[in-house]
Parts: sequence; C-alpha cells; structure tokens
Amino acid sequence: MLTATETVELVKGQKLTASAALETCLKVIDERDGEIGAFLEVFTDSARAQAAAVDIKAASGRKMGLLAGVPVAIKDNMAYAGHRMTCGSKILEGYISPYTATAVQRLIDEDAVIIGRANMDEFAMGSSTENSAYQKTKNPVNPAYVPGGSSGGSAAAVAAGFCPIALGSDTGGSIRQPAAFCGVYGLKPTYGLVSRHGLTAFASSLDQIGPFASTVKDAELAFSALAAHDPKDSTSIERPMMERPFNMRSLRVGLPKEYFSDMTGLTPEVAAAMEKVKSRLSSAGARMLEVSLPNSVYALAAYYIISSSEASSNLGRFDGIRYGASVKGSSLADVYRKTRGQNFGPEVKRRIMLGAYSLSSGYYDAYYLKAQRIRTLIKQDFDEAFKTADVILTPTAPTTAFKFGEKIADPLAMYLSDIFTIPCNLAGLAGISFPTGKSQNGLPIGAQLLVKPFNESLMFGVIKELEHAA
Amino acid sequence: MKIEKQDVEYIAELSRLELTGDEKELYSLQLDNILSWMEELNKTDTSKVEPTAHILGLENVLRPDISELFQDREAILKNAPQRESDFIKVPKVIE
Repeated sequence: MLTATETVELVKGQKLTASAALETCLKVIDERDGEIGAFLEVFTDSARAQAAAVDIKAASGRKMGLLAGVPVAIKDNMAYAGHRMTCGSKILEGYISPYTATAVQRLIDEDAVIIGRANMDEFAMGSSTENSAYQKTKNPVNPAYVPGGSSGGSAAAVAAGFCPIALGSDTGGSIRQPAAFCGVYGLKPTYGLVSRHGLTAFASSLDQIGPFASTVKDAELAFSALAAHDPKDSTSIERPMMERPFNMRSLRVGLPKEYFSDMTGLTPEVAAAMEKVKSRLSSAGARMLEVSLPNSVYALAAYYIISSSEASSNLGRFDGIRYGASVKGSSLADVYRKTRGQNFGPEVKRRIMLGAYSLSSGYYDAYYLKAQRIRTLIKQDFDEAFKTADVILTPTAPTTAFKFGEKIADPLAMYLSDIFTIPCNLAGLAGISFPTGKSQNGLPIGAQLLVKPFNESLMFGVIKELEHAA
Repeated sequence: MKIEKQDVEYIAELSRLELTGDEKELYSLQLDNILSWMEELNKTDTSKVEPTAHILGLENVLRPDISELFQDREAILKNAPQRESDFIKVPKVIE
C-alpha cells in the first residue's frame, strides 16, 4: 500500500487520481475486512463522491491540500454530517450526525477522503475493542489476538493496509496501546492542540484526538493537518508549535526507573526490545539517563477515578429523549433508567457507577479530590524529569497483544495494559508509540516517546533520526 | 469499606441505570474490588497538594451570547425517538 506521503505526492503531480487510490483501498477492505472487522461501516458512496471532487480540483490546477487524495478512517466516536455514529454502543444505534467534527472537517478541507468509521470499545472504554456492542476486531498481524483498544478498529485498519491514516482518540492510551499491539505509529498530541468539537466526550480533561499511520512521516503529516485552534472547543489552544532544532548528539533521553521495574508487569520480551531501542539511540549519539516518576504507581487508580467521574457526567446526555435508543417507561426517570440500563454495555455501566460513587456526597474528598491531588504530583514528577531529559522513553504496553477473552472478565487486569500510557494524559504531555520489533511469536512491540507539551516536532525528529540510523 | 448490594442499588439510582439482579451481584463484587484497589492512593499524603482539574491551567473561554442559526435543523429533529411536527416529544415531567 502507498503511504499517505506517497499518495499526496502522486495525486498532486496528477500521476494518480484520488479515485484510483480509494478504489485500491476499497478492494483490500473488500478482500480482508470480513476477517478483520476493523470497520463498522465503509462510506463507499460518499468517499467516491469526495475522491471525484478531489480529482476535479487537481485537474483544474488549483492548490491541493496537505492530504490530497489520502483515504482516512475515523473512529466511530467522531461526528461526520449525514453519516452514522454509534460510539460502539447500542444506545446510539441509528444515530446520524447532524454536523461534522472539526478534526474530520480539517481532513476534508485538506482534501483527504473519509473512507469509513472504525470499530471501538463502547464509548472508548476498554483496551481490546472487545467492549464494542457490534463486533470483534481482529489483530491483522495475528487474528487470534486482540488489536488493543479502545481505538482498535483504527489501528487494525492501518495495520491491515485498508487506509494509510486513521483517526483515534486517546484518553489513557487508546491510540498508543493499539498502535503498539498492531505494529503501527500512534500519536496522542498535546492536550488542547487538536479540537474535540464533535468528538463524543468521555473524560474531557484527558481526551485527545490523534492519528494512526504506518510511517512516522505520515503521522507527522496527519498531525500537521489536525492541529489548529478551534473557537468551538473551549480547551483548544492558540499557540504556535515549538520548532526546536535538535542534535541527536546532545539529546538527553530519560528512562523512568519505576517503569522498568518488576511491578509494572513488563514482560521479558518487551524489556529486551526496549534495550535494543536504547542501544540504537546510544549509538546514534543520544545520552541515556535515569529519571524518576515516583507517583506513577498511583496513576492508574487516579486515572480510573478521574476518567470515570468525568464519564458519569458526560454520558448523562444519553437519556433516550433527544436522540438514540429510547425505552418506554412509566415516568421520565423510568425512561432514563430503562434506556440506559438496557443499552449501555457492562464496562460503561461499571464506569458510570464508579464515577457517580467517586463524586457522591461523603466520598468526593476521599476519591475524586484525592485523585486530582495525585494528578498534581504526577505532573510535578514530569516537570522535574524534563529538567534533565529532553524526551522520555518507555515501553508503550507491558505486554504484546493478548488473546480474545483473556482479560475481559477481570476489569483490573485489563486496566493494567494502560499502565505506561496513562501518566501522559494526566500530565497533558504528547506521546507517540512507534514499532520496535516483534516478539518470538511474531507480535509487534511498541516503544513510547514522551515529550513536553507542544514539542511534537522534537518527537518526530528523534524517531526519524533513529530510523535513519538503523 | 465493603460494597454491598444496597450500595450498588443506590449508585445505580444516582446513575439512572436499571440493573437486573445478576448485574447487582456482579457489580457489587467488581466495584468492591476496584475500590479496594484504589485505596492504595491513601498510601501517599496529599494534604498539602493542590488538586489539578485542568492540566494547562487555561482560563475559561466565552463567546458573545448571540445565537447562531444551525444550518440543518431537520437533521437534529430526525434523531429524536419521538417527534411531533417540529417538536421533540417527551414523557410527562410534572405530575
């Protein structure tokens, strides 16, 4: 499959039509998505119309967008006017978006072609995409394994070669962890850089949209199309990116000692792959140094309190009145209870209740406020670490992809797969997962690079140099 | 603190979730597990730490309170489970 960068070049040079690029993707989807299940819906008709419009624009000699003719999948929690959006939930079955999310609109404005909506854990809650109310998504590398989650459909779509770019959302690792499991690149940008207008809110102080790609160059290209201020998102930031020139020979790479200890559940294979990344960085001239993130041990618990609390409030809007599923009841409250009780899946109900409990009178201080105080400590840890390190290197996940059903009955075991990705969201940093080899049984392993807010260009630069040196 | 079935019933009511008997059993077990795991947070003293609600410390952003026309009203109304002409029908709110 062509990368996004190659596609853009060919379409701009009129050596390839957007329509031809789309048809190639549609053919691959037709051949293999029956097995993989990455898409909940392929937008064949609207994508063909869009591609035809891009081709007319190219033929007319007008200036083409950054993503000219690139087919892009969107996670099923992003609004696209006139198209269905379910968030992987029965409660939104049949819902048709009346408007388009800013992130999706930016892709369209840059002449990308929206190819379909990708499967996900219901309301982005999960780490394997098994919580989708609609279907399982298989890991394209080995279909006996999960693709990770919650943006599992987006990760699988790129890994299977269905499209060069896919959008995901990342609240605690939902882009980076599936990227690691499927062997692709997954970026969570700095909090506030990509508009969330039209992204169905899960935990608003943590949610961020970002791209999946099969090369670091493509990830950077998609990011540059997405990052922009949006007056429709009150958390959107208006500030230029830091373009910091860097030299690999003076780069300081921080290794959090707590992340490489036994208690994280880090498997020997992932640990060995990390050693290889470290030595590649060292031979490229970078200096490795130990940093300490002592409060990261509390990150997972604090995250589940904060994100569930925010979710219990955000998901209040699904009440069977204005849109979505609705179950008849004897009173208004009964309509709410029945609609929500019968249409939310188990993980969503669990987290709504956990959040309602954490926020309830008598428990607020002990849970919600405590977690917010821990969040301060975690941020301070990173502030301290970034005084000596330019970037921080960690594994993306403690293990490679696991099998279907392996963790679904035990919520706590599932939560642990996000142990390395969660602190980044709590601290508002940018993070990327990049492929770094395979386990003995052929499953991909991902490494995570964390940078200070607004330092995405440094992150891309380091990975590009690392790959160039290899 | 142990999460009992009546605690789950109370939280479910706060959350406007109707649960089956089996669900109540399962969730009391699972929430109890999760909440006891969360007690590890008490190992660290945070009495002198300020809570963080928003990571970049942004000020709230407001726009002028002027209504704008949405381009496709019908697209919103079409999603309503129950509709009567240009209104969304809701169950009786006041008895």
